[in-house]
Amino acid sequence: MTDMLLDASGLHTFYGVSHILHGVDFSVRKGETIGLMGRNGMGKTTLLKTMLGLARPREGLVKVRGDDMTQAATHAIARRGIAYVPEGRGIFPNLSVRENLVMAARAGVDGRREWDFDRVIDTFPRLGERLGNGGAQLSGGEQQMLTIGRALMTNPDLLILDEATEGLAPLIAREIWNIIKIIRASGIATVIVDKNYAAVMALADRSVILVKGRVVFAGDSGSLTGNPELMHRFLGV
Amino acid sequence: MDFAFFLIQLLNGLQYGLLLFLVASGLTLIFGIMGIINLAHGSFYMVGAYLAWSLSSLTGSLTAAILLAIPLTVILGMGLERLLFRHLYQRDHLYQVLLTYGLILVFEELRSLIWGDDVHGVAVPALLSASIPLTENLSYPVYRLAISGVCLLLAAGLYFLIQKTRLGMMIRAGASNRDMVQSLGIDIKLIYMLVFALGIALAAFAGMINSPLSSVFPNMGSQVLIICFVVVVIGGIGSVKGAMAASLMIGLAETFGQVLVPEAAGMIVYVLMAIVLVWRPEGLFGRA
Repeated sequence: MTDMLLDASGLHTFYGVSHILHGVDFSVRKGETIGLMGRNGMGKTTLLKTMLGLARPREGLVKVRGDDMTQAATHAIARRGIAYVPEGRGIFPNLSVRENLVMAARAGVDGRREWDFDRVIDTFPRLGERLGNGGAQLSGGEQQMLTIGRALMTNPDLLILDEATEGLAPLIAREIWNIIKIIRASGIATVIVDKNYAAVMALADRSVILVKGRVVFAGDSGSLTGNPELMHRFLGV
Repeated sequence: MDFAFFLIQLLNGLQYGLLLFLVASGLTLIFGIMGIINLAHGSFYMVGAYLAWSLSSLTGSLTAAILLAIPLTVILGMGLERLLFRHLYQRDHLYQVLLTYGLILVFEELRSLIWGDDVHGVAVPALLSASIPLTENLSYPVYRLAISGVCLLLAAGLYFLIQKTRLGMMIRAGASNRDMVQSLGIDIKLIYMLVFALGIALAAFAGMINSPLSSVFPNMGSQVLIICFVVVVIGGIGSVKGAMAASLMIGLAETFGQVLVPEAAGMIVYVLMAIVLVWRPEGLFGRA
């Protein structure tokens, strides 16, 4: 299937002796927005890290654009068009805002250069005012914008956002959601992990819910919003 | 002390300091970026000096010897990174100290097998063998000035590489978050290998260009290693800027110490280190 960006099947991942993922299937097609939900400790971040090669599965398969990349190096997976905005942001505090962006610049898989320094600064004008600042001097919201902007500099086909609005003031969080909408509208596929389930489902084409390392729901976001009982059972809301 | 004499000591101190910087910058980079304590760093200085001596006796020219030896040391650095050092990044410092101390012994043994245990002199290249007369009976060798010039150029190049280029940004980013650098599609292993080889080559190059002044002898690496650790600690571990400041400080302190208080010359640098550490425990440019 040519429009399949990421296709993981039967993933079992361990941290030491703890068995975190129990046979998880997860896939993303081109341009698709997926909401990945579940309470804390259910394996969302582990799933993302396994697909990115930052954690290795004991069993299962990770295909990127149809090729088996289960054991591939993280940078090789990223070079196939996947960008990651990790929980806790992961900016480089010892680099300036400008350097954080410039160091990541790269053409996309098909040579696209739609996202460059100027476009990122246009999208995040607040970063433009702070180019010379060290990454550590930014506010939480600005750090988040920097991480998303830096991910866009790699011209990805898929952007993975892990807790992008965590710990942000509501107004700043709304700004981040608006940016995610812009990114989605530009045709980049997204995987969104966020505690604000309503906002996730409003954006996502499909939703996946993890409970204790197993997929307990995978389907249209619409069918989930219409089922409060399911929401309560799996997400506690 | 008249002016010409003072000037000579000043130039000697700066030249010695700049040479120390070449060795110490690699040491501090490898520690700062990859977190590796490399006790074998002085051995690469020794390897450089021995290569300069043996290749210049073969080719008859120090310049040719240096041009041949640089790629050899880069290959040596990359090979050792691939075979040994790569496995140390995630390990405790104890393992690093054990392995790199073992490497010192291996390098000394290999040196004894390949090159023997004699002391050798290396001739200054004819082109740079002149001296600049300062007074009727004092003059300053051109070769020392040339060394200082080359060291300054390399220091400027290193500064440019680390602060101004994208590769430098990736190197610095790798020091703060290795996984994140990889998630951006950058091959951190390749970058580490390059940084390691660069550090090794700088130390070896220092050994090469200093060989006509120091001569070439067994265990020459350990003297340099100890003084370079003092430099790294004074400058702040991981800081190349700090390594530069501390190298010059130590170069001048040791040179003037030997002239002014020869009885205490051996301890001056350590007293200096103690003073700096009491004043700034993280070193001059260390991250608190």
